[in-house]
Amino acid sequence: MEDNFNLEIISPEKIIFSGKVRMATLPSYEGDMSILKNHISIITFLRPGVVKVQTNENSYNEFFVEDGTIEYFNDTLVILSASAVSIKDLTKDFMEKLSKDTVEKLSKKDITDHERYILNHKLDTIKEIRV
Amino acid sequence: MPSLDDLKKRISSIKSTQKITKAMKMVAAAKLRKAQESAEKGRPFSEKMNNIILNLNKSIPDKNNASKFLVGTGKENIHLCVVITADRGLCGGFNTNICRKAKSYFDKTIKEGKKLKIFTVGSKGHDQLKRAYGSYIIEKVNFKGIKKITYKEAEKIGNKIIDLFKDNQFDVCKIFYNKFKNVITQIPQVQQIIPVESSQNKKEEKELENFYEFEPEENEILNDLLPRNISTQIFKAFLENAASEQGSRMTAMDNASRNAGDLVDKLTITYNRSRQAAITKELIEIISGAESL
Repeated sequence: MEDNFNLEIISPEKIIFSGKVRMATLPSYEGDMSILKNHISIITFLRPGVVKVQTNENSYNEFFVEDGTIEYFNDTLVILSASAVSIKDLTKDFMEKLSKDTVEKLSKKDITDHERYILNHKLDTIKEIRV
Repeated sequence: MPSLDDLKKRISSIKSTQKITKAMKMVAAAKLRKAQESAEKGRPFSEKMNNIILNLNKSIPDKNNASKFLVGTGKENIHLCVVITADRGLCGGFNTNICRKAKSYFDKTIKEGKKLKIFTVGSKGHDQLKRAYGSYIIEKVNFKGIKKITYKEAEKIGNKIIDLFKDNQFDVCKIFYNKFKNVITQIPQVQQIIPVESSQNKKEEKELENFYEFEPEENEILNDLLPRNISTQIFKAFLENAASEQGSRMTAMDNASRNAGDLVDKLTITYNRSRQAAITKELIEIISGAESL
């Protein structure tokens, strides 16, 4: 139990996950990163991807996020995301709609390179997840 | 003096009104519980968001280059007021209170010679404001037909505001909504969302004396976070408003039911008295007729 820290995944509507975890792997803005206990205090934000949470030796929880902000402070990791969904709760329809929307946004002409990068990345992530 | 028949009709009509108000009160009470729950669930998100922004705010070395959402445009000429009201009436002073608060702010702004722009959310607010301030209203939205207001709706409105801001359409943005205190009291609130008010939580600022690692740069995080914060604040206002609306309706309907009860009591007494009077009158007629024989 010593190596565990608090994790809270919060959406504007409810608290999605709250509890002690061993490790959390986040699709951080500048690349994936894993957080263990006693990590330095950090604030960063997420790109579309999967948040992997290891609660103990061999049990994982996975959450799909489109965006979000994270803060690690005092052995508490807070993930704020308007779009966090547990992978178990994802449906095929939802993913298809998301992928369609993303493609639609990509086809617009007035997006910046940065947005294009994020959208492409989102599309890749969506493809990787099998429901 | 109304006839006995008339009185009877009035009593029964008031009784049926009372049934309706009682039913509305019950429905409002049930909805209130739900709305209160979701308002409570929504609180951690906006609190944490505020915390992060406060932390970031302190760590920014060069305020001049910071995001416009944080420091503003440097001017205060054009005010955008977002007035958030309900789509339905029959909820006591709920809509009127927000509008009154908003109107006094509008008058102040106009007097100071500043430009005013109004964005109404919810049809009741629009109805109340369009007569006096119709020319200032630049946008209106209502949620008729949407059963449950989710974050998506707040995001849509947030994005509209952000687009207007990027277009240099206004310098200061304030939102008007009712804060839910308890079932009886709802306090109309004004909150400034652009630029972010730095004096929001003076108490908390002292506690947050820690150093953070930022990835990427502070400014980049702020650029991503602040627009999102606007939607969050609006969503918070929605939740507070929804709880307030139901609370206000419940109190109003409770009062209405009680008033109807009082009125029924009063009318029943009048009805009984006039019935008695009619009987006495008839008796007098019979007696005096018998005497004259």
